[in-house]
Order: sequence, then structure tokens, then C-alpha cells
Amino acid sequence: MGQTVIEVRDLRMRYGSVDVLHGVNFTARRGEVLALLGPNGAGKTTTIEILEGFRIRSAGQVGVLGVDPAHGDEAWRAKLGVVLQSWRDHGRWRVRELLGHLGRYYAPYSTAERARPFGTDELIETVGLGDHADKKVSRLSGGQRRRLDVAIGLVGRPEVLFLDEPTAGFDPHARREFHDLVHRLSDLEDMTILLTTHDLDEAEKLADRIVILAGGRIIADGSADALGREVAGRSEVRWTREGARYTHATDDATAFVRELFKQYGEGVAELEVRRNSLEDTYIALVQKHESGRVEQEAPTP
Amino acid sequence: MMPTLYAARLGLSRGLAEFRQSMASWDQAFNIVAAIAFTTVLVFQRDSRVEDSTVSLAGATLPSMLGMMVALGGLIGVASVLAVHREDGTLLRAKAVPHGMTGYVVGRLVQTSLDTAVTLAIILIPGLFVVAELRQAGLGGWLNFLWVVVLGLLATLPWGAVAGAVAKPQAVFGLLLLPSMGLIAISGIFYPIYAMPGWVQGIAQIFPIYWLGLGTRAALLPDGAAVAEIGQSWRHLETLGVLGVWAIVGLAVAPAVLRRMARRESGSAMEERRQQALQRVA
Repeated sequence: MGQTVIEVRDLRMRYGSVDVLHGVNFTARRGEVLALLGPNGAGKTTTIEILEGFRIRSAGQVGVLGVDPAHGDEAWRAKLGVVLQSWRDHGRWRVRELLGHLGRYYAPYSTAERARPFGTDELIETVGLGDHADKKVSRLSGGQRRRLDVAIGLVGRPEVLFLDEPTAGFDPHARREFHDLVHRLSDLEDMTILLTTHDLDEAEKLADRIVILAGGRIIADGSADALGREVAGRSEVRWTREGARYTHATDDATAFVRELFKQYGEGVAELEVRRNSLEDTYIALVQKHESGRVEQEAPTP
Repeated sequence: MMPTLYAARLGLSRGLAEFRQSMASWDQAFNIVAAIAFTTVLVFQRDSRVEDSTVSLAGATLPSMLGMMVALGGLIGVASVLAVHREDGTLLRAKAVPHGMTGYVVGRLVQTSLDTAVTLAIILIPGLFVVAELRQAGLGGWLNFLWVVVLGLLATLPWGAVAGAVAKPQAVFGLLLLPSMGLIAISGIFYPIYAMPGWVQGIAQIFPIYWLGLGTRAALLPDGAAVAEIGQSWRHLETLGVLGVWAIVGLAVAPAVLRRMARRESGSAMEERRQQALQRVA
């Protein structure tokens, strides 16, 4: 495992009298793809903006590449790539011209291991905008525009890339291409990628690790498999015996089935064991959390 | 210092690129309409005399219009572009790039200066055909004119930036354009300021528009034309003083306001404004 690149300890954020983050903890290591998953309003964007240095936290410790984002200088910024949710800027520029221009800001930060900026044409090919390099930015379709945003995020060959809802508005094909791109980047460039999404499927496909955020708290943290095992403990066992249909929910399906056969042997038919999918887990987790919060915040007479 | 200098150079190429883009866009329609309107005014004023002087009314109006356009470019041009760039994420982009803000600000300065130069040329070139007096201004006159333009930009541009940093794009119009129109009406641009009551003259003399018009007239008109001015003088020192104070205070205030604006800029802030804008439309 590589070194720790992102470190968040007891991060709190309060707007006025409203707490948006209540002590969030997580870390990301070099080359890791981490998905911050959660329903809308969970605090994902706030968290990522604090890490980008665009928002000042209320309390807690935060480090990105060993630097507190609240005090990050320009040399630190040169190592980051940022892709925000909605960008409609530079409509009059042409794709190649804009990438070339923005890339030049990174040239003074080029090192032997990491040549900066990315070659403009190589980058345009990488994000699949080869046919649109001379188009005006305002003429790009939604998906093309998003790929340009990603390209701009990558132009400084960042060590850490922040992607806020990167595939919002993508069609399935564009989404798959984007997923391939993220995999290539984390493998080839040894890039640490933190992305937010409310799409579980996307988190599962992209991320080495998923951090689930709900109501400003982290309610689960682990690989997709680990999360599945951790919370999807309850499985459903169905079978028929003497023409009757039975269903039983259990934490240990193997033991239950063993017992079932011991008792009825040949009488058991059409056995089916269904483990909760990650999606069930996720929805259950978020629901559990939200109902818990409602109880906590119920007004006291 | 070096990285800042490097970013400033990138800002220069940004300014040139955006100027080129603007030249090829519908922005220029405004310039052309303005040029036609202003030339028409000059044609009608050609035969009227300014009281007690040898100068035609058109002769006095043309330099005044140039001064006015410098002020409008510095105030409204900068403010509206900045407000739009805050909304569409250009500023946030600049913030996400190392020394991007330096590049952005230099780019704005370059583009505003070039835009102003084009606006002035578009008014001046047909104007010179209509107004004979200006053809006698001489090299010295045009050099003086250049100084007034530069000083005028310095006096107005920082304030345009401040307005653009605090106002929504839709508010720039009401916040700047309407008051500017009012000031233009009382600042002796289209007719001599002595037509106004004394207290109105007093108000006009607080703001840069009057002094820009006076400065451009002083540079381009023969000395005899000064009889039509307040105190029958070009008041060079006062022009330098008032424009200088606006410039110095503006340059002192603007960086702090811009830094505060940049600090508060974030993706969610931008998204929030976008949602508000969509709701207004709906």
C-alpha cells in the first residue's frame, strides 16, 4: 500500500447554526480510487470542496499531499486536478486552444518523474475529443463538455484528482468510456482519485474503496465486497417441502441450510439462498441512518 | 516573483485570445450601432457653435464621447464580464489553476484596454470626417489624449471590477448603467455643462465621467475652446487630481474585494446562483 495522500480527521462543517458535517474521518492512499457515495444533501460536495481548498472548514484536521488545503500555496495547487459539478466557462475558446492555454500554467511545476503539462493532443485523444479539438467549447454536447472538464482537470498531470459527480448527465455509453478512463488514470499515472457520486453502481465499478456519507456522517467505509459482507449479513433462504413454500431470513445462511437438511433431508426442494445486494445494503444503511436522525431530532415538548 | 511574472505573460496571451474572440463575435454589433448613432449626432451638431467659442458643438462632443466611452468600458465593460465569469465558472477555473488568478486579472486588463481602443477608433474614424477641428490637434494633442485615456481607465476599471465582484450579472445594468447614463446627461458630454444648475454641476464634478470628457476636450481642442468650460480653463491639475484619486482609491480597494470574491467562490456557490437564475427565468 502506498503513502497516505488524503487524510481527514474529525472534519466538521457548520453553516450558521446548521451542522453539515459531524466529524468525518477517512483516508486515501496513493493510487487509490475512493468514491464518496451518498444521497443528495449528505455533505459530499462540502467535503470535496474543503479538500480542494475552496471552502474553509469549521473544525477538524485535513491534509491533502501533506498540506492543509486552507493554507495550500500555488505549488500545492499545481499537483491537484479539480472537476466541479457544473462548468459553463470559456464558451468562445476552442478545445485545443483552451487546453493548451491552461496547461501552460503548470509548466513551471514540471518534474523529472511527472512531466507537466499533459501533451494537449494526447490529452484530447485520452478523453475521446479527437474529432472535436477545433470546436468551440459552447458547441460541445453535454457529454463532450464534461469530458473537456475532465481533460482540464487532468492537464497538469495531477497527483490527486477530485471529481464531483463526474458522470451526471452521461448516457450509458459515455459513462462506460469514462469508467475506462478513470481506471487507466489510476493505473498508469498512479493518480489518487476522489470522486463523489450518488450512483451506487458507479461507485462499485470505479472505486477501490467506498465511503458512504449520509446526513454529514460516514456510515460505512470499505471495499464494495467488504461493505457487502459487513452489512449484507442477512440472507433470505427459500425452499419448498411437501408442496409448501417457506421463506426464512437469517444472518448465517450456511448454518441454517445445514440444519435444514439435517432435519428434513430429501424433503427439501427448490432451495434458494439470496444474499442482499450491495444496493439493498446501501438503501438499508441510508434508511436506517435517516430514520435514526429523525428520532434524534424529533422536537421535545 | 518569477511565477507571478510567468502567469502575467500567460494573462497577456489570454487577453489577446479573448480580444480576438470578441472581435469575431456579435459583441461588435454594439460597437457598430454606437458608431452609427454617435456619427449621426455629430452630423446634426456640425453647424451649431458652442457659445463664445470658435468650436462647433460637434467638435466639443466628439472628444467628450471618447472620454465617456473610456469610462463606460472601464466600468460597465469590466463589471459585466466579471459578473458573467463569476456565474459561469471562469473565475473558479482560474482559482483551480496555479497562479490562474494573476493570469485572469492581467487578461482582463489587456482585453479591456484593447476593447476600449477599438471602440474609440470606431467612433473616431468616421468622426474625423465630420469634425474638422480635431484634424488640427497635432501629435502633442494625441499624446495628451492617450494619457487621459490611460488615466481614465485606471480611474474606472478598478471600480468596474469591484461592481462585477459584488453584483449579479442582471444587477450590473441597474447598478452601473443607469447611474452612468444619469451622470453622462449632467457631465457636459453631449452639451456644455454650464447648461446645468450649479448644484448639478457640483455633483457631476465628483465623478470621473466629467473629468474624462474635460480631459479629452483639453487634449484635442484648440486652447480657445476653454472659454466654454467651468472657470474658462481646461483645469489640467484638477483633472489629474480627481482622476488620480479615483484611480488610487480604486486600485487600493479592488484587489481586496477581488480576493474576497475569489475566496468565497466555490462550486456549490456557483451552482446555487445558477439554480436561482433558472428560477427567475421559470
